[in-house]
Amino acid sequence: MKTDNSLPLEYGTEQNKLNILGFWIFLGAEVMLFATLFATYFTLEHRTGSGPAGAEIFEITPVLIETILLLTSSFTIGLGVHAMRIGRENAMMTFFAITLLLGLAFLGVEIYEFTHYVHVGAGLQVSAFTGILLTTLGTHGAHVTVGLFWGLFIIMQVKKRGLTPETANKSFIFSLYWHFLDVVWIFIFSFIYLKGMM
Amino acid sequence: MDYFDRFAIPHPSPAIYASMVAIGLTVIAILIGLTYFKKWSYLWREWLTTVDHKRIGIMYIIAALLMLFRGGVDALMMRAQTAVPDNKLLDAQHYNEVFTTHGVVMIIFMAMPFIYALMNFVVPLQIGARDVAFPRLNALSFWLFFMGAMLFNISFVIGGSPDAGWTSYFPLAGNDFSQSVGTNYYLMSIQIAGIGTLISGINFVTTIFKMRAPGMKLMKMPMFTWTALITNAIVVFAFPVLTVTLLLGTMDRLFGTHIFSMTNGGMDMLWANLFWVWGHPEVYILILPAFGIYSEIISTFSRRNLYGYTSMVASIVIISFFSFLVWTHHFYTMGQGPLTNSIFSITTMAIAIPTGIKIFNWLLTMRKGKIEFTVPMLYSVGFIPIFTIGGVTGVMLGMASADYQYHNTMFLVAHFHYTIIPGVVFAMLAGLTYWWPKMFGFMLNERIGKWAFWFIAIGFNVTFFPMFFTGLDGQARRLYTYSEATGYGPLNMLSFVGAVGLAIGFALIVYNVYYSTRHSSRNIGSDPWNARTLEWATQTPVQAYNFARTPHVDSIEAFWDYKKKGQPLFKGSIEKIHMPNNSGVPFIMSCIFFVWGFSFIFSMWIPAIITTIAIFACMAHRSFEKDDGYYIPVEEIEATEKDSEVLADENR
Repeated sequence: MKTDNSLPLEYGTEQNKLNILGFWIFLGAEVMLFATLFATYFTLEHRTGSGPAGAEIFEITPVLIETILLLTSSFTIGLGVHAMRIGRENAMMTFFAITLLLGLAFLGVEIYEFTHYVHVGAGLQVSAFTGILLTTLGTHGAHVTVGLFWGLFIIMQVKKRGLTPETANKSFIFSLYWHFLDVVWIFIFSFIYLKGMM
Repeated sequence: MDYFDRFAIPHPSPAIYASMVAIGLTVIAILIGLTYFKKWSYLWREWLTTVDHKRIGIMYIIAALLMLFRGGVDALMMRAQTAVPDNKLLDAQHYNEVFTTHGVVMIIFMAMPFIYALMNFVVPLQIGARDVAFPRLNALSFWLFFMGAMLFNISFVIGGSPDAGWTSYFPLAGNDFSQSVGTNYYLMSIQIAGIGTLISGINFVTTIFKMRAPGMKLMKMPMFTWTALITNAIVVFAFPVLTVTLLLGTMDRLFGTHIFSMTNGGMDMLWANLFWVWGHPEVYILILPAFGIYSEIISTFSRRNLYGYTSMVASIVIISFFSFLVWTHHFYTMGQGPLTNSIFSITTMAIAIPTGIKIFNWLLTMRKGKIEFTVPMLYSVGFIPIFTIGGVTGVMLGMASADYQYHNTMFLVAHFHYTIIPGVVFAMLAGLTYWWPKMFGFMLNERIGKWAFWFIAIGFNVTFFPMFFTGLDGQARRLYTYSEATGYGPLNMLSFVGAVGLAIGFALIVYNVYYSTRHSSRNIGSDPWNARTLEWATQTPVQAYNFARTPHVDSIEAFWDYKKKGQPLFKGSIEKIHMPNNSGVPFIMSCIFFVWGFSFIFSMWIPAIITTIAIFACMAHRSFEKDDGYYIPVEEIEATEKDSEVLADENR
């Protein structure tokens, strides 16, 4: 494969450019996926049956912790990509590792939050509202889980093969994915938690 | 014992037992045949692991034709059942299962792969590319579709078919009213196939945006490529909605949520809304590529360039936009109020305008043309009046107030068959006949092809035209039988006769393939139709690398101008060509998906967890894999290109 040195490493080959455009289109599909979940959530938000409403079960503290963890991780992966651009492989891997640790911590708090919901009687099967709430949050959480494994594999590859057009491309695409998860979380935070607590 | 009860068929009949035996014998025959002729390694090397878009396209065709016959048998069973009043051929439950599987198989597992078959084969050639952007994902798309289709097809011999209609409206499809695993089959198999389709959508949008030949601006793309681009853009936006809808249905049925239920706050209208937000754009996913095929064929066989190219492009863009704004017209009568109904009524009828523009453009393309009535052209010309009837009745149905009269009757059934059959099936048969020589190196017999066309065209009208009348007379759709006093008998019998005619037509096409394989001339050159677009500038059969040298495009019909005006098409010298390696991973991963879906259908959680891990292991394997493909050396290309007409032409 020919490498074009006038561009950043992750755009260096024809296939790399294709991969990045293809991934942006995939993110477009992901936007539709979450938009559908949100639309369904808004439809069912107040259809609580005999179960609790959002205001009764949402707690601000774990949600704020989750938000801070995830937003920080989006910042650190940005630093990681910056380090990659200026060719500092070790700094890049460190930032990627910090990102994944923050993601792991986020997931830990989310699991605590889920057990809390089940504990206060807002399990999956209680009402339409709890069903769609946990499905929407769970879909985002599943994306984070996949991201953790994916990021781990990419760190291992960069360690093994160094920064090549191929590994740089994968790292960059992974960072797009991670930022996207953050954007989705901002919507979840604003339109599920804050709106629900108001 | 309880364990095996789950796999038992809830409503067995002799026909189902006979099918079980037939399936078993066919599988055994295939296994023995492959072993006897020592074809296992050939099959694995050349087909199961291939990443070549042309071979993937051919596999899509085979799968689509198989499904056409499965869905066709369902159709014949329905028409036979209603042919006479008080018929006892099928019972009510069996009839429910038959019309459900007919709809799903025809839309999801026949029309969709047929479209992707032709797109896969033609689009990279039409834009002068070596392959699609992500060849291996392309193979994964096919195998996911294929495994989804197979999973759906075993439903009627293991555990029972879905029986809630192809739209599978909840709460009817929920656990309370649909107790067999049928709807689980529906949810999981369409989910698997749908993921494959979404991947294809991403793949083709990237391919068409990034891999066009030098000089091929967007407004110089052939019309089929344009429709492929727009179709795949719709796929990218519509299929995630289906993914979520099926996920929520699965949550309701397998994990006891109450999203679509009537109690605990569930919303019984929600499924219909979500389903049709995907389902209506899906209609245009089916029809737009067909419009592209007709544009190519009508222009080729009228020996004229396509009339109104710009307005053709504009109209498909407008149609794709409107397709997302009309979904509510599928349930006017569910009580959403006059304002909502009016808005959706207007957007629905507005789609007739860009569609009308296309019809006029095709007619004006033919005007003053030297029309040749080949088989593809017959389908294209036959399409216009039949599809127009479908369109006009569509506007009738689009009027919300009038729809209260004929919704849910056979009128509707007649309408959508009048759009989908000439719109999709005719187009696919036309496209298949048109591109057949490029795919296989020989022509299909024209005489048998014309017989098949007339059987299909006449049989189609005899089958579906009477339904307009029975529908207006009040015969409900999905009604498994009726009494003689209703007076529906004679027209239904006529429909059955037409359906037999259709079946003969399709059988003739199969015979044509057999006959032409044996008797057709292999010496047809690379451009037997005297066509206009780039795919005909390749060798026949097309080499793995498609074009030895990248074509340079200066006009909409680059190949035609090359032939008629001598515009140069290929410049420079031959260079070594980079090719991707074959891979068994897409096939293996899709097989795991099959087991994964099956485990969910029967709530077998341990295999479900194991297969989920295995699927992610496949993805991890791909991530770690280092595969740079290989190069075809210049000498090898020159040797295979020696007989190529295009090169010979240039030396003339």
